[in-house]
Amino acid sequence: MKLESHAPGGPIETRWSRHKNQIKLVNPANKRKYDIIVVGTGLAGGSAAASLAELGYNVKAFCIQDSPRRAHSIAAQGGINAAKNYPNDGDSVWRLFYDTVKGGDFRARESNVYRLAEISTAIIDHCVAQGIPFARDYGGLLANRSFGGAQVSRTFYARGQTGQQLLLCCYQGMMRQVAAGKVTMFPRREMLDLVIVDGKARGIVARNLVTGELERHAGHAVVLATGGYGNVFYLSTNAMASNVTAAWRCHKRGALFANPCYTQIHPTCIPVSGGHQSKLTLMSESLRNDGRVWVPKKQGDTRAAADIPEDERDYYLERKYPSFGNLVPRDVASRNAKQVCDEGRGVGATGLAVYLDFRDAIQRDGRATIERKYGNLFAMYEKITADDPYTTPMMIYPAIHYTMGGLWVDYNLMSTIPGLFVLGEANFSDHGANRLGASALMQGLADGYFVIPYTIGGYLAGTALPQVSLEHAAFKDAESGAKEQTRRLLAIQGRRTVDDIHRALGRLLWDNCGMGRNDQGLQEVLQKVPELRDEFWKNALVPGGADDFNQSLEKAGRVADFLEFAGLMAKDALTRRESCGGHFNEAFQTEENEALRDDENFCHVAAWEYKGPDAEPERHVEPLVFENVTLAQRSYK
Amino acid sequence: MATINLTLKVWRQKGQKDKGRLETLPAPGISTDMSFLEMLDVVNERLTLEGKEPVAFDHDCREGICGMCGAMVNGLAHGPERGTTLCQLHMRHFRDGDTLMIEPWRARAFKVVKDLVVDRSAFDKIIAAGGYVSASTGGAQDANAIPVPMETAEEAMDAAQCIGCGACVASCPNASAMLFMSAKVSHLALMPQGRPEAARRVLAMLRAADACGFGNCSNERECEAKCPKEIKITHIARMNREYMKAVFGSARE
Repeated sequence: MKLESHAPGGPIETRWSRHKNQIKLVNPANKRKYDIIVVGTGLAGGSAAASLAELGYNVKAFCIQDSPRRAHSIAAQGGINAAKNYPNDGDSVWRLFYDTVKGGDFRARESNVYRLAEISTAIIDHCVAQGIPFARDYGGLLANRSFGGAQVSRTFYARGQTGQQLLLCCYQGMMRQVAAGKVTMFPRREMLDLVIVDGKARGIVARNLVTGELERHAGHAVVLATGGYGNVFYLSTNAMASNVTAAWRCHKRGALFANPCYTQIHPTCIPVSGGHQSKLTLMSESLRNDGRVWVPKKQGDTRAAADIPEDERDYYLERKYPSFGNLVPRDVASRNAKQVCDEGRGVGATGLAVYLDFRDAIQRDGRATIERKYGNLFAMYEKITADDPYTTPMMIYPAIHYTMGGLWVDYNLMSTIPGLFVLGEANFSDHGANRLGASALMQGLADGYFVIPYTIGGYLAGTALPQVSLEHAAFKDAESGAKEQTRRLLAIQGRRTVDDIHRALGRLLWDNCGMGRNDQGLQEVLQKVPELRDEFWKNALVPGGADDFNQSLEKAGRVADFLEFAGLMAKDALTRRESCGGHFNEAFQTEENEALRDDENFCHVAAWEYKGPDAEPERHVEPLVFENVTLAQRSYK
Repeated sequence: MATINLTLKVWRQKGQKDKGRLETLPAPGISTDMSFLEMLDVVNERLTLEGKEPVAFDHDCREGICGMCGAMVNGLAHGPERGTTLCQLHMRHFRDGDTLMIEPWRARAFKVVKDLVVDRSAFDKIIAAGGYVSASTGGAQDANAIPVPMETAEEAMDAAQCIGCGACVASCPNASAMLFMSAKVSHLALMPQGRPEAARRVLAMLRAADACGFGNCSNERECEAKCPKEIKITHIARMNREYMKAVFGSARE
């Protein structure tokens, strides 16, 4: 299979405008004849649903929560990047483009990233027009802050709740279209299959989570915006219901899955407190500006932090990286924390934590200064842990929080299945092997507000799409497949809870396919995942019935898919014989423990094709061509 | 790790049309580091292994921002702590031997779906009635074209951070949605971008709330006391002013 990106050539600055000028248009009077299915109502899905409805398309929007206002985009804290250059500090579309390509360790498609940077400014204009209360300076103009190591201030924010404000703004835009009759909202629905007629995506089968009923929905195109797969690790900063099911079912119907091994780990999360832990909470990375990271020099040292004298502490980041110290990049900080804990020098009840100590900063700057900078974060930490970070050091540990991999899409955001478009975190397109801070919100909204409204028109106008009946064999087939899976899940009646098996999967992946990977560990994953999958299908216990509000059943279906997906993630990691960004194979590193790429052999996207339940997936390659930036080794010396 | 033993009295209701009842469930050996929802997870895992149906409850982000979770704990929405959602309430705030009464939000407009899960789609209807700025994608001027005083933006943000959980309704003796509604009316009325539609918005949203079966405000202030985002009832006062302006000052309706 040849993966055709359909990205226009020529000067990168004008690619998107030229492309837009050439896209076929759908006559306004004809738009109302098209039904578009949008699955997921986070930033990408919500903005797409609102914008497509504004254009006149009939939108059917689906979400698993009780309301589209709940999607996990809401939890994003830091902000959204845009190349506005309001602070006059030299930012430009070019710089945002370059930073994103470099931050992604040169594993993203240049054309897409440039378009993202170009669109970024219009997103801010639109969000302000919708009344988002962004932070402002005394003069009433928008405030910016720097973020994620960027050398310019280009991040717009609404306190620590930027994701919430952006999502509610999409949601409100969508509800306006609900009132106008252009969006029909289907909350508490879970997409269980994609329906393909004549080779094109023409509908979905969804389960009504309240009644258990399987519903058939037809449309002229399907837009998937169902987020990332971080919860394959069981513990992550994702919301509890975030899952890979919709994307995975599309994959099984023929959509290629790109770069599943690209996962991002955030170094400063509140550590696991015990086996009951259900999810992890992020603490802003800015804390490393003043906190010092350390562990005891001795293994198994159970003394309280205050009782450990200075010469028995190992400030390992400062020791190993004298020039960057505690401010090394996310991936380096994360891997080092894991390493010291693996050595038995971790702290806290579980031994899976390191200290982030503000003692010296408080002595140097005074408590008031530290409180002004980090007061809200310290309060949040205290609420969760009941420890006071002013007097005892914080404990932190890395956690999975974003996945760069996803369904493969071309420049039009269309997958390898015609008519199936994939937006936001669910696609693979813009962040390469590593995402920069404040870029996830930007991408979700760029895709939904400013890309899909153009590209979907081109598809619809240029494709013959006769009406399909809900009685078509493809709908019946998809529905009976979903029904059969539900029946099988409820019939297992084993002795182990789904959560218990999910925890075992998460632990296996975290240990072997997380921050630091090696061939042996990845082989172990490939061997043990099928065993766990067998265990699941023989011994899982799913209570309740099919025709009911049954959260255990929902969870079981998602874990069943994670158990299939996990194998692909490990296989992708094992096949990529290099390290890049969030994918770190210990065999490929520089002397400074940086990811060592192999541009000669792996400067490409790996996109996997599903070949059947017992067959090996096939790996396809989209070469990445860099005409505008020079590939370089990231160095933080 | 400290542990406590609790007795739960949990509302069990199979479906909207079924009769509900309180079921007594022991919750022994609960770590005080757990969140309230993690405590329910532990109870549910045990129920599952005993071949019983776990307690249904809504939850998602578990960091206090999605607004999905919520239940009355001993008669208090989201439990006893101030400014805290149920997912951020930790078990260290309870004592060994405590009995906890756990019930769903109660309001005419919020029907029980199952156990602790309620239908809050009435909130979506209120927003659909007018809780937005009618600015379609693509036509916006530059973001800095209209300056907004910092204090105004901050005050709007105080209101805009409502998470739509429904604790205000559940805490109000009249099951009124005034705090929820006023948070949106106030947020958009403060921002210059929201002014053109301010009159139409407040009228339409109030009408929608009445139609959904929410009660009126009689200044009990219970909503403010239990709002996990500590949204102030001064926003209700602003909504009332907006309403008066709309009724007496507008040519419309």
